[in-house]
Amino acid sequence: MRSLVKWGVAACAVFAAGTFAGTAQAADTIKIGAFLSVTGPASFLGEPEKKTLEMYVDRLNKDGGVRGKKVELIHYDDAGAPDKAVTFAKRLIQNDNVDIIIGGTTTGTSMAAIKVVEPAGVPFISLAGGIDIIDPVKKWVFKTPHTDRMAAEKVFLDMKKKGISKVAMISEDAGFGKSGHDQSLKVAPIYGIQIVADEVYSPKDPDVTAQLTKIKNTAGVQAVFNFGFGQGPAIVTKNFKQLGMSVPLYQSHGVASKDFIKLAGEAAEGIRLPAAGLVVAEQLGATDPQKPVVTAFKKEYEAAFKSDVSTFAGHAYDGLQIALAAILRAGSTDKEKVRAEIEKTSGYVGTGGLVSMSPEDHMGLSLSAFRMVEVKKGDWVLAD
Amino acid sequence: MWKTARIGGLAALATILALAPLGFPNAYFYDVAVKALFNAVVCVGLNLLIGYAGQISLGHAGFFALGAYGSAILTSTYKVAPLPAMLISAAAVGLLAYLVGRPILKLKGHYLAMATLGIGIIIHIVLKTEARITGGPDGMSVDPFSLMGFTMMGDRMWYWAAAGLLVLTVWLSLNLIDSPVGRALRAVHGSEVGAEVVGVDTSSYKVMVFVVSAVFASLVGSLFAHKDGFITPDIGSFFRSVEFVVMVVLGGMASTFGSVIGAVILTLLPQVLTFVEDYEAMVLGGIMMGMMIFLPKGLLPAVVSQFRKRGAAR
Repeated sequence: MRSLVKWGVAACAVFAAGTFAGTAQAADTIKIGAFLSVTGPASFLGEPEKKTLEMYVDRLNKDGGVRGKKVELIHYDDAGAPDKAVTFAKRLIQNDNVDIIIGGTTTGTSMAAIKVVEPAGVPFISLAGGIDIIDPVKKWVFKTPHTDRMAAEKVFLDMKKKGISKVAMISEDAGFGKSGHDQSLKVAPIYGIQIVADEVYSPKDPDVTAQLTKIKNTAGVQAVFNFGFGQGPAIVTKNFKQLGMSVPLYQSHGVASKDFIKLAGEAAEGIRLPAAGLVVAEQLGATDPQKPVVTAFKKEYEAAFKSDVSTFAGHAYDGLQIALAAILRAGSTDKEKVRAEIEKTSGYVGTGGLVSMSPEDHMGLSLSAFRMVEVKKGDWVLAD
Repeated sequence: MWKTARIGGLAALATILALAPLGFPNAYFYDVAVKALFNAVVCVGLNLLIGYAGQISLGHAGFFALGAYGSAILTSTYKVAPLPAMLISAAAVGLLAYLVGRPILKLKGHYLAMATLGIGIIIHIVLKTEARITGGPDGMSVDPFSLMGFTMMGDRMWYWAAAGLLVLTVWLSLNLIDSPVGRALRAVHGSEVGAEVVGVDTSSYKVMVFVVSAVFASLVGSLFAHKDGFITPDIGSFFRSVEFVVMVVLGGMASTFGSVIGAVILTLLPQVLTFVEDYEAMVLGGIMMGMMIFLPKGLLPAVVSQFRKRGAAR
């Protein structure tokens, strides 16, 4: 019995220590809160984001902080669960009294947290792709990654240039692919593109030959556009080659990582897709304004973590830089002022592209942020 | 003796719930408390099934999610008021539980676990893929809960509502256990054949308690959806179902208050353990393993039996 009491007391002490640790810090710091999906199904996005934030906040503090104030990063892992994201967003706002929140690795966690962030009035920079986050515009909510609609537009623009008008779509029936598919159908007519076949597959399907055969037998298909994430697009690419299909194959920005080329192997040759400048950092022209930013970030990230840089890490970097620049310009951490300054972000050159926000546009990226790249000899090559 | 213990326990629970907010410095604490109470209500219902009737369910998060989505879809797409939406969803979930419960509760042990697991996973997949209705994996927004022009806003109000609901649920559960139905259930748990021999209609009792626990989960799911204001299919994932079962087992099977304690502890732990960062999952797993090794009957029964032993020694 006595041991039980002891355990109880210890548990209470741990609880108190855990929850009050955040409030015990000196008030003379700039507090940046983050909730990221470091574990769970979206960990391949959240992990590099967390590492990036930690690395740059550390570096900033070594260089003396912002306006002589130290920057404190408080981050929690929501494991990709929106309800946990809500609780952590509340914790950051109410208990840790953060000045700004960066995070929301997935569209789901970001959308859930918006319900807390908006009424509380804390600037929030999301790192998720979904267009719903900033459309319609919400006063306190911003985001750094490109949307799937932009990827579709970039692809259709490239097709139009090549005189392609009849396109077959094959997309994942869930999440990223599903949302990309819907946006593609919406913007296709604007570019004079006709979707003549529309096939879907599940993220875990080991083979999509049936769907591709149907596309192959559809008359007049001039190109195939695959919207998906993870291993699905690699399987599409392989099956596509196995069926001896000769029309151009386009992928979305969802496959812009070296893993895709490794998975798809030889079959990936000649595939075109829209990607952020970070992916082809070294190949950017010397006069490209993004060149110094992306090469420096790539070098620093890869030196620190000994792994290939991903665009997701770049989103976190951009979010942090935009936030810090806004705090600098605002001259304080007053939330209303910082929010207004984020909205005034103009001409910021980030890893995602040139960011110019406005009261109507809380993302601030234009189509030029995407580059068309082609796979040649197992690497990305700038195509335009 | 039973009666006094019951009323005493209920009074203690109500007192703790009434006094706890004195230690809450801000809305975040209320938020965590509300989530703990919601889980507790689901677990009290699930405990009837697991602890008393001795049947396992690895699909209760599915019922929880159906309640949440039922309310979300009815209120936003069909403009039904939140209270009727919640009741309609609960009735539908009850019916579903009845229809699937009748055949699958004939199964035992691993087979029953597999069947309920299957139901949970099917519900999860349907919510994920029927994007036109449910918004797909990215989830959907839910309006706040309102009743006759009065809107539930803020975590404090939700805390009192959830606390009231928990006291009501515990009271219902205690009464049910102490009724002929409860005795029949315990007989089923002890020996199904024996229960049948003495004239207990085992299969109908099992189905009944399955339906009751599913309805509890659905009602809480509806409230949860209104409170958080945004739901995704992941609230119905397999891991959530397992979480519910673990809460019941950790607190102590066949102990209503044990389920409450289990739910509260497992909801608070991840919040408390954030300071160990990367090792959070490891520490959580370690705590649970230790509990299962040293307190196999669950937390509350172990503590109670310790007290009894000491009392007897004197």
